[in-house]
Amino acid sequence: MTRHTLSVLVENKPGVLARIAGLFSRRGFNIESLAVGPTEHPDVSRMTIVLAVDAIPLDQVRKQLDKLINVIKIVELEPEASVQRELLLVKVRADLATRSHVLETVQLFRAKVVDVAQDAVTIEATGTRDKLDALIRVLEPFGIRELVQSGMVAVGRGPRSITDRALRMERPA
Amino acid sequence: MPEQITGAQSLIRSLEHAGVDVIFGIPGGAILPAYDPLYDSPMRHILVRHEQGAGHAASGYAYVTGRVGVCMATSGPGATNLVTAIADAYMDSVPIVAVTGQVPRPAIGTDAFQEADISGITMPIVKHNYLVTDGDDIPRVIAEAFHIAGTGRPGPVLVDVPKDVLQAPAEFSWPASVDLRGYRPVLRPHNKQVREAAKLISQSRRPVLYVGGGILRARAAAELHQLAELTGIPVVTTLMARGAFPDSHRQHLGMPGMHGTVAAVTALQKSDLLITLGARFDDRVTGKLASFAPGAAVIHADIDPAEIGKNRVADIPIVGNAKEVVAELVSALRDLPKPDIEGWWQQIDKWRDTYPLGFTEPADGSLSPQYAIQRLGKIVGPEAIYVAGVGQHQMWAAQFISYEHPDTWVNSGGLGTMGYAVPAAMGAKVGRPDTTVWAIDGDGCFQMTNQELVTCAIEGIPIKVAIINNGSLGMVRQWQTLFYDARYSHTTLHSRRVPDFVRLAEALGGVGLRCESAADVDGTVEKAMSINDVPVVVDFVVHHDAMVWPMVAAGASNDDIKVARDTAPDFDYDMGEVTQ
Repeated sequence: MTRHTLSVLVENKPGVLARIAGLFSRRGFNIESLAVGPTEHPDVSRMTIVLAVDAIPLDQVRKQLDKLINVIKIVELEPEASVQRELLLVKVRADLATRSHVLETVQLFRAKVVDVAQDAVTIEATGTRDKLDALIRVLEPFGIRELVQSGMVAVGRGPRSITDRALRMERPA
Repeated sequence: MPEQITGAQSLIRSLEHAGVDVIFGIPGGAILPAYDPLYDSPMRHILVRHEQGAGHAASGYAYVTGRVGVCMATSGPGATNLVTAIADAYMDSVPIVAVTGQVPRPAIGTDAFQEADISGITMPIVKHNYLVTDGDDIPRVIAEAFHIAGTGRPGPVLVDVPKDVLQAPAEFSWPASVDLRGYRPVLRPHNKQVREAAKLISQSRRPVLYVGGGILRARAAAELHQLAELTGIPVVTTLMARGAFPDSHRQHLGMPGMHGTVAAVTALQKSDLLITLGARFDDRVTGKLASFAPGAAVIHADIDPAEIGKNRVADIPIVGNAKEVVAELVSALRDLPKPDIEGWWQQIDKWRDTYPLGFTEPADGSLSPQYAIQRLGKIVGPEAIYVAGVGQHQMWAAQFISYEHPDTWVNSGGLGTMGYAVPAAMGAKVGRPDTTVWAIDGDGCFQMTNQELVTCAIEGIPIKVAIINNGSLGMVRQWQTLFYDARYSHTTLHSRRVPDFVRLAEALGGVGLRCESAADVDGTVEKAMSINDVPVVVDFVVHHDAMVWPMVAAGASNDDIKVARDTAPDFDYDMGEVTQ
């Protein structure tokens, strides 16, 4: 099984997330992560779905998704041809003795501290999953008190836009 | 200028604009505002006795007319009672629109009286659904619902309308056209794919036309006939496609699958090319998928791209409407040599001659169900519509009645809904009032939905019902006989004693007849055929140990087809000579 990233343009209508989540569970597809948000078009939302599947089930996922009336377009984003990012917020134990070590790690990973308390700091980091995993591994010995991570969002490299193309296609000549 | 009316008036007017002539339904609290303008509408409303009946009736109507069937129910239990019928229509790709009332918007989410989240409940079993939150949207939503239900791969669409939306003022303006950016079904097949397919067909040595319900949904029986006659290739019609190709045609091998003919099942197994048209490699056809048609290349034409490659990898996928696909295949094949399939036919004819469909008469002289069904089909003839429930009687009706025309066979194939026959027959009769409609039902099925005979009696819908009464849940009993050591755990219904179907039929407003011997079959069927003003029920009391053969056990390979208990066909000839 390999990991695939799908960018799905959907109509911004109530129930769309439920339809997609329901489709995945009903057809037995596993979602690794899912992020939804607005796009530059107010009536279109964009979902980034990460799945671990083989090629043939992936084809089924795409086709079944495409059958949903509210789904406008599906694009698979290859890791090498796209920018893929996740957001991590992690609260790490950091007292006077360890704080400088923690801050050094933050700098090494180009992360930043967004909150400081007496014996803890909260760190914000963005990056690929691998980078965030590495950061977590390094922070673990200090003591992770709380950790929250977003789903992945991704965008294709280069000048082209999938929303532009999708919306142009929909206007009949 | 959009006109100001109520949401309820907008809903009824929209249904009229959508071309609806019949609605099957039951009113109730939340949908009540819609029933007021419906009272004055030229649309016919048929008041059913249970919402499930409304759903199946809409499906039966859609099946035989090709038009979108419509059912209507109130919120909560009214809507949930539609669920089985909606799931059934989804599995068999039947175009229906279900309109349900919903509790008023401010009450949604509060567990209000008769509240059920029907759009949430039906999400996995509809092609699409809507919860209307603004009365101005009603015309657009109804137009979209009919468009979605009836085009592409047909299916059910549910429209849920809160009561206060029905009551509030709304603007009415019927949309000139429907344009959905997320829904553009591909109808025209890709030219190159069709040419590749034609080439493969021309070069094949053991081809089979594997025909599914998509041919009927696309109204492509005439094109199929041309393709079959042009190429001379053998045809099998799945349970969903009975009638798509005449049973009397020399090239027709019958039905494939779990209870298919030896010739149809074996031809698929030994084929070198499956020309799959609107079929979906269902497990009831393929048996154990890994050993299904191991030597065959696959051309798979379907309007739903998700069906292609879902169960069996397609060598040549063709996405498109079956009517266009088959017509283009025909024209592409005209310029190519015909496939050399003489040897293939010799082989097939041998299977066909050696293992025709048949049955053994019960030793005790009681009536055999197959005989009753076969005679009924002969006497009633191929112009009638036959609607089956689910179980042994369904399989025998698929096997022993000769179907010559499209849309003369209606049944619940995918979901396998017991109780389908009576309400679906009612809907079929409403759709084609001049055609004789026979429900072939089981005693178990009949007891699930027979209340709709009252609807038939009151509304002047004179369907005929043949109950194949073996006093048990026959198909389950058959599996108990074969796989559970004849331990008949809770499959005996005693319906040869209770209920008395003849008196029940009369109580429900119809005529009841009973037939208990082979000698009486013809006379009873003829008598039933002579009654055309009220529903007729014939209680065929049949032997309870009759079994459906041939059979491929669930999960077994099609190579292990049995023609009778513990009896496999003997394929004692050399496959080698025709595989060159």
